[in-house]
Amino acid sequence: MARNGGPGVSVKIPTNVTLLRRILVSFVQNEVEKVGVCRVVVGLSGGVDSGLSAMLAAEALGPKQVLALVMPYKSSNPESLAHAELVVQKSGIESLVVDITPQIDAYFAGFPDADQRRRGSKMARERMTILYDHSARWNALVLGTSNKTELLLGYGTLYGDMASAINPLGDLYKTQVWAVAEAVGVPEVIVRKKPSADLWAGQTDEGELGFSYREVDRLLYLMVDGRHGRHELIDAGFPAQLVDDVTLRIMNSQFKRRLPVIAKVSHRTIDRDFRYARDWGK
Amino acid sequence: MTFAAAIAQISPKLGDLKSNLALYEQKIRAAAKEKVDLLLFPELSLTGYFLRDMVPSVALRLSSPEIETLKRLSRDVGFVAGLVEESPDYRFFNAAVYFEGGEIRHVHRKVYLPTYGMFDEQRYFARGDRLRAFDSKFGRMAVLICEDLWHPSAVYVTALDGALAVLCPSTSPLRGITEGEPQDDNARYWELINRTYAETFGLYLIYGNRTGFEDGVGFWGGSEIVDPFGEKIAKANYYEEDFIVAEVNFDSVRRKRTMAPLLRDEDIDLTVNELMRIRGRPDWSTVNSQQSKAKREPAKRKGDKARK
Repeated sequence: MARNGGPGVSVKIPTNVTLLRRILVSFVQNEVEKVGVCRVVVGLSGGVDSGLSAMLAAEALGPKQVLALVMPYKSSNPESLAHAELVVQKSGIESLVVDITPQIDAYFAGFPDADQRRRGSKMARERMTILYDHSARWNALVLGTSNKTELLLGYGTLYGDMASAINPLGDLYKTQVWAVAEAVGVPEVIVRKKPSADLWAGQTDEGELGFSYREVDRLLYLMVDGRHGRHELIDAGFPAQLVDDVTLRIMNSQFKRRLPVIAKVSHRTIDRDFRYARDWGK
Repeated sequence: MTFAAAIAQISPKLGDLKSNLALYEQKIRAAAKEKVDLLLFPELSLTGYFLRDMVPSVALRLSSPEIETLKRLSRDVGFVAGLVEESPDYRFFNAAVYFEGGEIRHVHRKVYLPTYGMFDEQRYFARGDRLRAFDSKFGRMAVLICEDLWHPSAVYVTALDGALAVLCPSTSPLRGITEGEPQDDNARYWELINRTYAETFGLYLIYGNRTGFEDGVGFWGGSEIVDPFGEKIAKANYYEEDFIVAEVNFDSVRRKRTMAPLLRDEDIDLTVNELMRIRGRPDWSTVNSQQSKAKREPAKRKGDKARK
């Protein structure tokens, strides 16, 4: 049972949108400009994460320095395309629609038995290669859209939607993404709708994960940010099964949050005892 | 004594000594134009903060040409520079060097090197072993670097050593968000302790933080000069570069210490005796207890060895 003074299930994730917005906008400005470019490309799915990322970048760099790539597949929900278009109109950013159906279908013609998961991952990675191609064409960085909740749960495709040069949302829980998105003016219909990776018809994140973002965000916030242990979380009212499932998800997806494992043979191995910031000399 | 103190709240380039030195020069010249007497730069602002394996390549001997340049720049304006100091025996220190009248007047080597959470300083730096006030042409002062200030003992010692002002170069990362606050949680904590120290010890607290980002970690700026009554007589913007100046007047220290003579009433013997008792307790231990004991009790250690 939650008690006064204890963490309690009513724990509220702080969403100081004014401060978060200020920090994230200056993050994008600073980390883009110091690389010597002034532009970003971002994949716009029609969802709240990419909508927010794009609008923060527009605020940081100016809308004409942001190129949104909308990359539907033939089975994508038409609503997604319409919602992406809403963000483009609202923010004034540049946009381009690239239909990925031809290359996806050509590829899977050779592997007709591939299941939904394989197809979904392939599409995510196809979109990644298009983003990176346009980043080269446009002399821009690829802007990330993965939030902290999905990064911790491993709910993303490695080298797919998880790939980016800089990511303003990676330390924001979904709950915070919603709040900041509302504040920066991501169209309400996008903020309010059920999150979906749109990998197949009718898919919702929460349906697939088996819990709601608001619930798991509170759990993750206490577990990760607050360093509460298993018994404290259970005492705070979270079901033991949920605590254990989420813990396992975090552990089993750790590989997605790290560089590939390198066999050490020398005295100085990259990222182990060859340690430099990415902003080396910047 | 009255003088104009300033803080250059800058955003240095990580590992780019040359361009940071140029930035220093620009700020020092601007300060001279504004008749600033004493200028504080942030911690490691000549090198950037998350240096890791860059430490040896940006380290400076006190005899290096870059230091000569800084000495020359200090002819008109006294300033505190934040840099990596390399000792003759090849140790690297997170150091703050006070330049005045074309010379080095004081070097403080950071004592408390945070090595937890996002910090990794003790992996790359050697630990300083002195907490000293020093005399400048403006009066007696002390330099404590960032985390040093999170140890009340460091401020206590330097205040008792006669510091009328504590200069604190800092590189403090923003973290923690609370509803309705204009700054992050870490910034708010710093503001609390800066004010507490200034009032408790009756001194000026001159706190210089940096801004900008390194690998996504932002530094909150918000540099400030707090007088002995806890008033912020200068305050820099949060999260962006800035330059602030304020008139420091040690008459305020006199008035504050007259009203609340807390330092006068300090019982150093009592404190030392109690600390000695605590240190001598069999259960007394800290991370560095072995190291500290070894330094202070070489004879006893020999005896211990013989018994084994």
